[in-house]
Amino acid sequence: MRLGTVIATLAIASGVATAAVAAEVAPGDVAFTDDGVAMSLTGTAGDPDEGAKVFKNKKLGNCLACHANTAMEKELFHGNVGPVLDGVAGRYSTEQLRAIVTNSKQMFTQDTVMPGFYSLEVGKDVTKDLVGKTILAAQQVEDVVAYLGTLKE
Amino acid sequence: MNNISLFITGPVIALALAAGIAAVKADPVDDTLTIDGKEMISRAKAPEGHPFDEVMSGWLFRTAETRALEADTFVNPGMLEVEEGGAIWNTVEGTAGKSCASCHGDAAESMKDVGANYPKWDSDSGRPINIELQINKCREKNMGAEPYAFDKGGQKALTAYVKHQSLGTPVSIDLGQGEMQNWWDRGKELYYTRTGQLNLSCASCHEANMGKMIRADHLSQGQINGFPTYRLKQGKLISVHNRFRGCIRDTRAEMPKAFSDELMALEVYVTWRGTGLSVETPAVRQ
Ligand code: HEC
Ligand code: HEC
Repeated sequence: MRLGTVIATLAIASGVATAAVAAEVAPGDVAFTDDGVAMSLTGTAGDPDEGAKVFKNKKLGNCLACHANTAMEKELFHGNVGPVLDGVAGRYSTEQLRAIVTNSKQMFTQDTVMPGFYSLEVGKDVTKDLVGKTILAAQQVEDVVAYLGTLKE
Repeated sequence: MNNISLFITGPVIALALAAGIAAVKADPVDDTLTIDGKEMISRAKAPEGHPFDEVMSGWLFRTAETRALEADTFVNPGMLEVEEGGAIWNTVEGTAGKSCASCHGDAAESMKDVGANYPKWDSDSGRPINIELQINKCREKNMGAEPYAFDKGGQKALTAYVKHQSLGTPVSIDLGQGEMQNWWDRGKELYYTRTGQLNLSCASCHEANMGKMIRADHLSQGQINGFPTYRLKQGKLISVHNRFRGCIRDTRAEMPKAFSDELMALEVYVTWRGTGLSVETPAVRQ
């Protein structure tokens, strides 16, 4: 049974099915096309302020580990493993950004070092308590995508 | 990668602030490591079949402050533990009433250059062994003493003392011994295997992104010619297998046990990747 189905089943069983949970796309069900990922992962619009927090947080996105971002100049230490994200909203559509953050391997190549943040395509021997879990929750991905949308030249 | 973000020291913060984000420095320095007047080989032509043209010591990737600490044995904080290792060398332990010195005499002579050639094939156990395991073998067979548990007792200090007797000697291992070549093959496969939720291999960081910044850390080639190394952040010597385990944990993967087949194979392969670099034990790292 897929994670999304489990969540939906649980939610219905306990009688607290909210629209957001019910509409959540499971990591294995995300539809990638040449244009990216068209459908929101949750049906709830992303919140750019929340997305900024996820982006910087070392335990969540930790995007700054690999990407510099002038809009976060006050944060210490920006990595340069990946490209600078200044103006990234001008280079990619929302659908493409959603695809990159969800599972970069679908957008770039299998060789990319950028982790898939909402993907179960992971490495070997995943830490026991993280097995079957994604790095970010679906809504956190939507929030990060909304934040990336604010990064215009 | 939570752990990587913790490797932050005072001077680095000041530098980063002054430099701003645009000026992240990324190249290894053009500098020569001379320890107590003896020039180290910190760049060497890579052996045949190596992915790089040149192998480089991790020293070249550290800050000026950290580099200076390694260049002078009087200020190198790792030397304290090396001296402890020297004391252990002469201490009688076990039922046979012997110390290391009882069999090997003066380490400056008997152990000169020895550490540069490990891991070696051990026909008794039918696997490669490193200095730590050779010490344990001597303790059990020749001293009648208990083997050290991983990183416990005097293991790190004594290993560092033995390796320090090869300071400056180029690393070179003999893959012709026993089944060393098979272990090298296995180690190579592990080096390129992506692990953990972050889905990264050793090569993702130390080959594909060598020289780049990953948050506050300057990625080196991940060489082990300076191990055990003194880490400023932890304030003590860190063994090779501890470092390997830490890097694997940072990919959010389960860590193989110290001295397991996986980590011994990795040690054989990673040692080979540093062929020609001087032994720098105890190196100083952030
Ligand atoms: C371990 C390194 C790493 C981390 C962490 C990482 N990325 Fe990336 N990212 C890369 C690399 C490398 C590329 C370039 C694609 C390639 O060559 O594989 C990239 C590309 C991108 C791009 C396309 C940029 C362009 O100009 O083409 C976006 C957008 C992006 N990443 C967003 C993010 C976000 C958002 C996060 C955090 C949620 C993140 N990345 C975390 C390594 C990383
Ligand atoms: C997510 C990135 C990442 C991955 C994956 C990774 N490392 Fe590292 N490693 C680092 C960082 C950061 C450092 C500290 C800076 C440096 O020396 O490169 C480091 C340091 C090291 C060092 C110490 C080098 C020195 O000069 O003291 C060794 C050895 C090492 N890594 C080996 C490995 C091996 C073997 C693997 C795979 C099992 C691995 N690393 C995987 C990031 C990584």
